[in-house]
Amino acid sequence: MSTSSITFNRRSFIRTSSLASGGLLIGFNLFTACKPKVQPPVDISQLNFNDFNAFIKIADNGAVTIFSPNPEIGQGVKTAMPMLIAEELDVAWKNVYVQQGILDTENYTRQLAGGSQSIRLGWEPLRQTGATARQMLVNAAAAKWGVDPSECTTSEGVITNAKGETLGYGDVVKEAAALEVPENVTLKKPKDFKVIGTDAPNVDIDKIITGKPLFGLDYKVEGMVYASVLRPPAFGKILDSYDDTKAKAMPGVLDVIRIGEKAKELSKEGVGNWTVTLGKSDKVVVIAKTTWEALKAKEAISATWVDDSTLESTEFQDKQLLGLLDGKEFKTLRKDGDINKAFSQADKILERTYESPFLPHNCMEPMNFFANITDEKIHLVGPVQTPEFAATAVAGMLGRDVKDVHLEMTRMGGGFGRRLYGDFVYEVAEIANAVKKPVKLVFSREDDMTAGTYRPAIKYRIKAAIRDGKVSAYHLKEAAIGGNMYGLIPNFFPAGAIENYQVDVANYQSNITTGAWRAPYTNFLAFAEQSFFDELAETMEVDRIQLRLDLLEKVKGTTDERIEYSPERMQNVIKVAVDKSGWGKKADGIYQGFAAYYCHNSHVAEVADVEIENGMPVVKKVTCVVDCGIVVNPLGAKNQIEGGVIDGVGHAMYGDLTFMEGQPQSQNYDKYRLIRMGEIPVVESHLIQNEIAPTGLGEPTLPPAGAAVANALKAATGNRFTQQPFSKFPELMQVPAKAIIG
Amino acid sequence: MPKYDINVNGITKSVDVAEDTPLLWVLRDHLDLLGTKYGCGIAQCGACTVHLDGNAVRSCSLPIASVAGQKITTIEGLSEDGGHPVQQAWKEVDVPQCGYCQAGQIMTASAFLDKNPNPTSAEIKTAMHGNICRCASYTRIHKAVEIAATKIG
Ligand code: FES
Ligand code: FES
Repeated sequence: MSTSSITFNRRSFIRTSSLASGGLLIGFNLFTACKPKVQPPVDISQLNFNDFNAFIKIADNGAVTIFSPNPEIGQGVKTAMPMLIAEELDVAWKNVYVQQGILDTENYTRQLAGGSQSIRLGWEPLRQTGATARQMLVNAAAAKWGVDPSECTTSEGVITNAKGETLGYGDVVKEAAALEVPENVTLKKPKDFKVIGTDAPNVDIDKIITGKPLFGLDYKVEGMVYASVLRPPAFGKILDSYDDTKAKAMPGVLDVIRIGEKAKELSKEGVGNWTVTLGKSDKVVVIAKTTWEALKAKEAISATWVDDSTLESTEFQDKQLLGLLDGKEFKTLRKDGDINKAFSQADKILERTYESPFLPHNCMEPMNFFANITDEKIHLVGPVQTPEFAATAVAGMLGRDVKDVHLEMTRMGGGFGRRLYGDFVYEVAEIANAVKKPVKLVFSREDDMTAGTYRPAIKYRIKAAIRDGKVSAYHLKEAAIGGNMYGLIPNFFPAGAIENYQVDVANYQSNITTGAWRAPYTNFLAFAEQSFFDELAETMEVDRIQLRLDLLEKVKGTTDERIEYSPERMQNVIKVAVDKSGWGKKADGIYQGFAAYYCHNSHVAEVADVEIENGMPVVKKVTCVVDCGIVVNPLGAKNQIEGGVIDGVGHAMYGDLTFMEGQPQSQNYDKYRLIRMGEIPVVESHLIQNEIAPTGLGEPTLPPAGAAVANALKAATGNRFTQQPFSKFPELMQVPAKAIIG
Repeated sequence: MPKYDINVNGITKSVDVAEDTPLLWVLRDHLDLLGTKYGCGIAQCGACTVHLDGNAVRSCSLPIASVAGQKITTIEGLSEDGGHPVQQAWKEVDVPQCGYCQAGQIMTASAFLDKNPNPTSAEIKTAMHGNICRCASYTRIHKAVEIAATKIG
């Protein structure tokens, strides 16, 4: 599989020889074609990071700094992406210093963290950048020696010629900086990798364990004030009026202002659809000297709200979604053969409905952002997964040139999709524009949980026809709030494996804001589908693993370009998972459940082991096998795998956000259950070794976890869970007396 | 506003704040000790954990008026330079994902191991149950506590 079709030419690389601090600076810009005249500045602090997708500085003493282009949300790209550069630059990882890039928006590049794509898309360009810099250093050394560059080799920052003479990178940096950027550098073969595939700890580890300020919430400047925003208490309500007398008299309170006008004005003018992200309502903002004073004074504001649209309850939404599934209004996303004919000729039909709740993201670091807006500059600092988009949107909102925006990204205390939405950036920009002071907007946990862009509630109905011992038709229907599954998801397994196959979707437009949440759509679709396949195997009285393998067999050699999962790689992870988990060979009292899923270009199979403790089924272990191509940093990769699996188990077991009259019924962790230390399974992870270009890892281990657990719970209790969270159905957790004795 | 003298990381500091101000915000906003994190404000997540006379406490739910005269230790004061066995174990295992919860985790673990240097796995689970890690780095936290115990014990 190839990862990119980017053509690299000399113009993609930019170097400077006149750096004030000395040394060589080389950057790679994917979009130089649009803007060929980029000149790196003399002063490194003036560097326009947007001109570079990747960028290396080699100082006169040979010290290497790599600027990591992607925002770090916990998925390890701040470590893994520079590793790609270091590999081809041929320097020892331990001698590389990694720094987070800054964004100055002028062009568009892919500088966002989401969709597990960072490593996949960076694979070629980042290595090319390292290799180009290496070649320039080699050329400089070769010229010094008067030999041909092809006679020289490199290792750990040292160049050696045929006679065995050596020069360090630092020794030739000055000369290299004056050379032309070479064309057509060759990349290493995977077997020659020295950095890629080795364990590299988190680059910020020392700062994290000693509590250094790294996160958006930690960012401070002289004279900064804090803002806390009072938003509508329920979706569907808008602000009427408010009384701030009490709040204004409280200690530390500097001002109370009303915002929202800007967004409404722009929406009316047709500039973006601001009300979708920010809600239709105006908001009341307390500006105070400290965070606590701002949060506390907000509680003292008495506001009246009026109903603007339906105040929805979970029950109401359930009815809407079930109504859609029962109805006839669907958009067909994929249609193979004739399912209706197949159903009419079926020996047996199986149909099941699967239901999931809304989920908040609950990033550990609540949403927050800093802004300081002057006539010269719009300075934005904080944790956001879509920096370019935020910068452009803020400039648009304030009617300013995007060149005025200077956006710095901080490390993020989790993302999970929430920080793809810039609502908090727009809010702070409007606030800072009004108060004309450096200001930090801080969400309380309650603000964070109640002003979310939630994983939407979704229901799936799957129906399959069985004829002559084969699956002859498969019909998947989706009813979701907000939007529907997108991209190639309708072409994931079992598309291509079943002759008569159809995916239909319908949606209900609620006033509750929804958005991407770790592995959008597939995070629940995998549960529905992989639970269904287990039931299908039971109905057909065939082996559940064999059923999946046989279906995959039919996809081999497909010419359907929409099918991007590989049946071979999928079969392989399934077989390895069967082997590693001791599938079918477990002692009495251990109940296993299986699931396999492809998403974000990675193939994953999981086996959950459930045991009975004190009469209750407990998930004790999950074996997880992942094929994500070449693993750049196994240490970080395993952290992602463990996190994804436990996150998947946790949300399937406990995650639940319900609504009553438009109001989220959980506002903080006392009413919202997240998985904790005492509830986690052991996660045994296995990474498939191959030489295929790397693919996503931040997301793909989450989706199959819920199904593996549900299938194991079925084995343990005899009960089938079709709704999440499982903890909502204690009666189904009852273990038959026989199992307890066993 | 009342004035409070508090002892943080061995240094006595004087702050002028309302009596109900949680210790967390005094540390973060008044003393610039930003290692202690805010996660929930209601003693449910453990992100704000500090030591009060050697015990792990939730600084988000401790009004400043209640801590005067007691010894407070934050992540910044746990060791000179990250050399505490718990910090070292965290590094060895490469625990963090996003890293936000980890100061709280380390503070809970270090106070726990002070009292119980040879814990069982079940005791570790109970001790760490109050600290949420949204990235679910729990298996590594557990392992790091075990390793730290061998360094201390
Ligand atoms: S912030 Fe104190 S326990 Fe969550
Ligand atoms: S590492 Fe992200 S919350 Fe724990």
